[in-house]
Amino acid sequence: MDIDGSASTDGKPLAAPPAPAPSLRLPIESSHVMMFARSLGEQIDGPQEVAARDIPVTFPVALAHFDPDYELRPHPARAWFGSGSTPGRPRTSSEPRTRLHAEQHFEYHRRVRPGEVLTATRRAGNVWEKTSSRGGVLTFTESFTDFTDDEGNPVLTSRSVSVYLPLAEEQKR
Amino acid sequence: MSLVEVGQKDEVTLVEDLKRTQIVQYAGASGDYNPLHTDERYAVEVGGYPGVFAHGMLTAGLTASAVQQRFAGNFVTRFGGRFIAQVWPGDTLVAEMEVTAVDSGPGGTSREISITTRNQTGAVVYAATATVVTDDAG
Repeated sequence: MDIDGSASTDGKPLAAPPAPAPSLRLPIESSHVMMFARSLGEQIDGPQEVAARDIPVTFPVALAHFDPDYELRPHPARAWFGSGSTPGRPRTSSEPRTRLHAEQHFEYHRRVRPGEVLTATRRAGNVWEKTSSRGGVLTFTESFTDFTDDEGNPVLTSRSVSVYLPLAEEQKR
Repeated sequence: MSLVEVGQKDEVTLVEDLKRTQIVQYAGASGDYNPLHTDERYAVEVGGYPGVFAHGMLTAGLTASAVQQRFAGNFVTRFGGRFIAQVWPGDTLVAEMEVTAVDSGPGGTSREISITTRNQTGAVVYAATATVVTDDAG
């Protein structure tokens, strides 16, 4: 998973970003924060301890739970691609290239406390290409999620960068 | 080791002998149920990997948590990083933190922290930066 797209760069933005997705809501709920913090190895005996501290910085990724269309969660109405009686199957996608999560960033405009419910609005960022050290073209896509409170004030912003591997490298994997 | 002045460094062990169960915990808490991380048969027979591996965001979360705990009581206003190599069950991860900038003002002190997370072989798996704000004069 070595992302070595730094040999040379064009850095020129490519196609225009797509239309924004509908907003989602992220409850900052103590029990959920507790379980998230425990998954990071933190010692928390109960949800009551969550109130006295900042939420884990990366907790906003749990927005996935509140996205009704999130692809990496089993849905009753959809066949899951993981193993059962068979090994499972590759994820279906119209995109033939492999997509890797390259970067993730969080910027907090103020502290977040349990009990709040934040509104999350996604927006596309830039798309750019770089030439890898192996000579293939890496395509980077950037996206943002803006989290606001009930008054519309900015609370935090997350930025995600994905990289699409060139087909030539995909065939070598 | 103190992390107050520019150039000061400290090391924190993030996890020893990462367990598959912790990866499952993270999947449930984060909502990312990608079977590459929790389904051994799928990861091997469909994914073509030696086995399941950790979410990149688990490594990021472990690193961020270490920063928050190391600077307990202060406010981590910014955290972000780049995923460099996969993390596997059994890995032991250590994060080296270094203060790269200090900016003191009327509102408090802001420190820039550079973090490099390595596995037990010394290979870098994740590289991040953070901004930590204290509300005292430094």
